[in-house]
Amino acid sequence: MSLKLGVPSKGRLMEKTFDWFGSRGITLGRAGGDREYAGKVEGIDGVELVLLSAGEIPRELNAGRIHLGVTGTDLVREKLGQWEQRVEELAELGFGHADLIIAVPQLWVDVETLDDLDEAAAVFRRRHGFRLRIATKYHRLIRDFMKSHGVADYQLVDSQGATEGTVKNETAEAVADITSTGETLRANHLKILGDGLVLKSQATLFRSRTAPMAEEDRAAMAQLIRRLDLD
Amino acid sequence: MAYSPPDRARVKARAADLRAGFEAAGAAVVEAPVLLSAEALLDLYGEDLRARAYTTSDALRGEQMLRPDFTVPVVQMHMAGGAEPARYTYSGEVFRRQEEDEARANEYLQVGFEIFDGSDTEAADAEVFARMRDAVEPLREKVGLRATTGDIGILRAAVEGLSTSDARKRALRRHLWRPARFKQLLDRFAGRTPFPPSRLALLEKSDPFAEAGPEIGLRDRAEIESRLEALRADAAETPIPAAEIELIEGLLQVRETLPNALEHMRDIAVDLPAISDAVERLKRRAAALARHGVNVEALEFEASYGRTHMEYYDGFVFGFVVAGRPDLPAIASGGRYDALTRELGRGAGKPEGIPAVGGILRPGLMVELEDAA
Repeated sequence: MSLKLGVPSKGRLMEKTFDWFGSRGITLGRAGGDREYAGKVEGIDGVELVLLSAGEIPRELNAGRIHLGVTGTDLVREKLGQWEQRVEELAELGFGHADLIIAVPQLWVDVETLDDLDEAAAVFRRRHGFRLRIATKYHRLIRDFMKSHGVADYQLVDSQGATEGTVKNETAEAVADITSTGETLRANHLKILGDGLVLKSQATLFRSRTAPMAEEDRAAMAQLIRRLDLD
Repeated sequence: MAYSPPDRARVKARAADLRAGFEAAGAAVVEAPVLLSAEALLDLYGEDLRARAYTTSDALRGEQMLRPDFTVPVVQMHMAGGAEPARYTYSGEVFRRQEEDEARANEYLQVGFEIFDGSDTEAADAEVFARMRDAVEPLREKVGLRATTGDIGILRAAVEGLSTSDARKRALRRHLWRPARFKQLLDRFAGRTPFPPSRLALLEKSDPFAEAGPEIGLRDRAEIESRLEALRADAAETPIPAAEIELIEGLLQVRETLPNALEHMRDIAVDLPAISDAVERLKRRAAALARHGVNVEALEFEASYGRTHMEYYDGFVFGFVVAGRPDLPAIASGGRYDALTRELGRGAGKPEGIPAVGGILRPGLMVELEDAA
């Protein structure tokens, strides 16, 4: 057995994670060529690198199949019920910043706040005969947010990509999505509600609270935490 | 700690006994499918339901939900062919997602009794309560049960009686079951919180659409203009008088034995006559309960009861809970849900709804409590 560290398997998130560990004296890398999803770890013993899709890392942490994992706060909170009991946040890594926000068409000059959205949704439902649709892939987070702010008469429609386009396509009236600069929103004639920030997310190192650990794994974990200056 | 249910065969036998009791009271036994179309349920309860109910799907029928309760299928079945007066009973599993508390069951039996009869609503209310009480009576001495009643109809009547616009009344009525939001609206309509500055700025603009983007989406410019008009009208409204706000807040805090609550609310009705009829209904219901042998003198009444967890219950509401065990769900609960039948009726050509009152029992919890006692 060894300590399993799950890291996103491609793109900027992977490279920046490698850099973050590298600057702390732990070299992560792919074992073979660019296309091989096996990893290698140098500079510390007893730690194994597992390359995974960022979206699957919360699930693997929750199941205890990996001990540590790097993924966005947004994904952990969306995918894990009672997430604080399942994983522990060890460190925010300072990249992969993104805000989960609620946005509506710029045309909606009468809607600036969640209160407005709630009132507009009531009228919309009476007029159109169905609940105002919000396109998102963050169902749990948005549902909880809407509930805590007392917004009613809406429904969530699933959108796994190109979410900003759903309003123009008339498959949704508003969107709830991740944004970093807001450019895509503006390009699609959408604006963020004044109080529509649901969550600020960034790449974070999580520890699974459920993964079984042998004696040597505990030692490796302790050493890793020391090396990363997290103690 | 995961939930460990009591012996299933005993729970099923208890459920059968309870249902037989309601059958003997003239109720027809009805069945409901386990898989229900998610569309009608979500339209009724909104997205929050997804946090409480299990959803599944296939390519042909689309989204289906594992029956979260019997109310909706029983009302739908009745609307499709039943005639009033009618009374129904049922027994079967319901399924509830539990993402907060592993100790709560996600699958359990419910036995229910429903009366659809508008001839004497207070008598029907009292009968449902009395039959639920009879069903849990054997437990009363063993574990200490506490019954609480409420009446959302009084609250609704109070909102109707406020000196304000229909639009504001409608907004308050809509958030009756969301107390935090209701209070926020009340504060705004009373002028206790300032008019939102972003809204003021918007209304002062000569052309509100000057910086609007292109027309996209189903909510068109006409719809936005009509809301702007509604906002202007709302800004011109005079605040609800402080005295009325105090009355409604006093009403929300009523929490005492039924006779004392009645006295208290009659006092409030002197200044808020809109609730008089509803308070008289409560009095008639109390008399009907007494005829069923309910000790009305000691019965608790809470004006806010049911506001957070019984959406669409718009009249009498009640629950039996185990004293000193706030961790347990109610062992029996129910009430009048005419508003729910109006919602469901809109799509079924019966927008006037049906007069409906009912209650449910949890035989699994009953057996569990008896074993522990």
